Amino acid sequence: MGSEYAIEMKHITIKFGNLVANDDVTLQLKKGEIHALLGENGAGKSTLMSILFGLYHADKGEIYVNGVKENITDPLVANKLGIGMVHQHFKLVENFTVLENIILGCEDEKMGLLRMDKARKKITEISSKYNFDIDLDAKIENITVGMQQRTEILKMLYRDNNILIFDEPTAVLTPNEIDEFMEILKNLKAEGKSILFISHKLDEIKKVADKCTILRLGKVVNTVNCEDCTKEQLSEMMVGRKVSLKVDKKPATPGDVVLKVRNLTIAGEKGHKDKVENVSLDVRSGEIVCIAGIDGNGQSEFVKGLTGLMKVKSGKVYLCDEDITYATVRHRNMGLMSHIPEDRHRDGLVLDYSVAKNVVLQQYFDKEFSKSGFLDKNEILKYTHQIMKEYDIRSSNGEYTICRAMSGGNQQKIITGREMTKPHKLMIAVQPTRGLDVGAIEYIHKKIVELRDRGIAVLLVSFELEEVMNLADKILVMYEGQIVGKFDPKTVDLNELGLYMAGSKRMNLEVA
Amino acid sequence: MKKINFTPLISSLLAILAGLVIGFLILLICNTKEAVPGFLTIIMGPFTHGLEGIGDVLYYATPLILCGTSVGFAFRTGLFNIGGSGQYLMGAFGAVYVGLMCEFLGPVQWVVALIVACILGGICGGITGALKAYFNVNEVITSIMLNYISLYFVNMTIRGNAMLFNPARNESRNIKEVAEVPQLGLDKIFSGSAVNIGIIIAIVVAIIIYIILEKTVFGYELKACGFNKNASRYAGINENKSIIYSMIIAGAICGLAGGIAYLSGTGKHIEIKDVIPAEGFNGISVALLGVSNPIAIIFSGLFIAYLTAGGFYLQLFHFSKEIIDIIIAIIIYFSAFSLLVTNIISRKSKKGKE
Repeated sequence: MGSEYAIEMKHITIKFGNLVANDDVTLQLKKGEIHALLGENGAGKSTLMSILFGLYHADKGEIYVNGVKENITDPLVANKLGIGMVHQHFKLVENFTVLENIILGCEDEKMGLLRMDKARKKITEISSKYNFDIDLDAKIENITVGMQQRTEILKMLYRDNNILIFDEPTAVLTPNEIDEFMEILKNLKAEGKSILFISHKLDEIKKVADKCTILRLGKVVNTVNCEDCTKEQLSEMMVGRKVSLKVDKKPATPGDVVLKVRNLTIAGEKGHKDKVENVSLDVRSGEIVCIAGIDGNGQSEFVKGLTGLMKVKSGKVYLCDEDITYATVRHRNMGLMSHIPEDRHRDGLVLDYSVAKNVVLQQYFDKEFSKSGFLDKNEILKYTHQIMKEYDIRSSNGEYTICRAMSGGNQQKIITGREMTKPHKLMIAVQPTRGLDVGAIEYIHKKIVELRDRGIAVLLVSFELEEVMNLADKILVMYEGQIVGKFDPKTVDLNELGLYMAGSKRMNLEVA
Repeated sequence: MKKINFTPLISSLLAILAGLVIGFLILLICNTKEAVPGFLTIIMGPFTHGLEGIGDVLYYATPLILCGTSVGFAFRTGLFNIGGSGQYLMGAFGAVYVGLMCEFLGPVQWVVALIVACILGGICGGITGALKAYFNVNEVITSIMLNYISLYFVNMTIRGNAMLFNPARNESRNIKEVAEVPQLGLDKIFSGSAVNIGIIIAIVVAIIIYIILEKTVFGYELKACGFNKNASRYAGINENKSIIYSMIIAGAICGLAGGIAYLSGTGKHIEIKDVIPAEGFNGISVALLGVSNPIAIIFSGLFIAYLTAGGFYLQLFHFSKEIIDIIIAIIIYFSAFSLLVTNIISRKSKKGKE
């Protein structure tokens, strides 16, 4: 018990096949410290935390908890040692209440009957100590993501966990919720909890973390005091080279209207209100229009309406002056619309197809790639090779690699490369950099600006304010299916934007 | 550059080995003394009877390869065609009907009969596909139900038509030799066996299906829908059309199998009974062993046929021929099982990469 470290992971090595996910990684978490784990996609952060939480077993290395060597074989053991983890995707039962979710797995019972009162008392105490302000009887499906995260935190605190692991905790939160979350982290620290959190957002790390360990390609690059490092230094260590976080771009030179949307309304599920209400907007060639907003405010449905994947209830969509409101998806694809979809696994790729087959997903039938009903393998491979080279897509088996076996970053690059290379006048991109690391984000941002400078109209939907601020020539805010604000990124104030995103302010706009 | 994946081949071979070992154990339990010669018969079986034996293997293999191709094809396009038996029976009915009623067609009678068999099988599969595409009814349920509908439809129609029905034997009438699928000299090579050009048709169909799946634009669409419906929609593919086409083709292949089987001149008649023919289900086994690859299905069909033929000779050693069914069943179990194991292994190694 005499150790000053809550967690010490020493010389952890784990291999998956030929891939060394963690290579001699040593991580020390002091008691009462907030320790950030920074790294690119696939750097081995999540793997390391999964080892600590007992989900994977290291091939080599030792783990000490409070100075005692432990063998963490599964999450239950981790729990007994006081280690709790909030996963990136919450593990909550949607139609249970907050309270039920918290006690799930360690319920009190008396003669087979569930007893909640003791648990309720304890949870209320914890909740008021940290100012959680949470309704214990609300169902998970009805509360915000931020509240769901608090539920996850309460779950750990209820189990008296002292070592808390967060996997990308802020990825799903709004700017305000992020601020509140940062407060919670500080309070937890003040109560003596030791915290590990995975992130690739440098701002947050600077804001709350005491120490930061940077991983690259499975190896520890460095462990630094956050105070002593600038953001630029951190990102350089993470990526291994200098990265410009700002996108260099010339002022936009908007031309003709390419996409014209008038009074678009898209119905919600039966009995629910419309997902998109009366949206009108224009996107001109040579400009990037960003739709900012919190996830789930109708952005996905709006894009699906534009791309033909969802039925439109009323209103009109024009692409280069042609009415495409009811056109088939193929007609739109051929009608010069490119679309980087939100969910790359669900919509963007046939994961069981090779890179080559995915690259021609909308064009396989085209004269260029097929002859009298047969696929022209050589042409497809040539085209694929060119895209893979240009977009630096890495894979184990070249053009033949099955996409499922590739990393998320490379999968995203396949889609980006495909959509940017195929002939188009309008690019609709939804979260094009979701889950990518700084280096890849920089690259895709550069490409999007290039598109714009070539005179392509770009409609970008993003939940990341930084991305919006970096790229947009015009910012529109979507809230509950409506466009509630229109801003010039050069003059807008972030807090102001946040108020619009959260629905507390709105403008009246005829056509955005 | 392109690496060939040998895992499925290895898993199938392992399954066969395991099935044979356990089969041998069963032989030992049943009759210890004759187990070794019995086992050798299974392995050597058809060869001990020379070319006739091989001819019989080819004859048995014909419906297995076709039904296997049908199931495998549907499976590659994301559908489970469990209605092969009904489609097979409809095909048989179509062929028998033309064979008995359309003598005026002369030398092309058998060709027309097989085409009608394909059409009826295709309609049967197409109904399943359309229900799935437009009403989202699971194809497993509809195709099983269509098995029974086909069975009773065929029974009813044959019994109700004096030109088709032979009341003395409660089955369809004999088909004249001119309407039979020709043997084209195969009977000379494999004298004594019932082999006909059906086996050649089956192999050609399997190869065509392979080419469709791997090389054509049409196959690209069908497989894309099978792998990922959403991405196919995103790509502008009409997934409803794909589902229906897939099922029509799968049904037509099973129908063809039925047509060939009942025009073989081996005394096979459509009997009026309440039992669904097993061929469609056997197709599932064959497809499973051939990991849904049409080329591999040719071999797995031949292999199962080989074992079945060997099973008949097993009776010489006082074993009942059902033992061979047990061995085949075990092989199928193991091939399903070993696929599961290889899947788990590959999934584990993938997890690591993230």
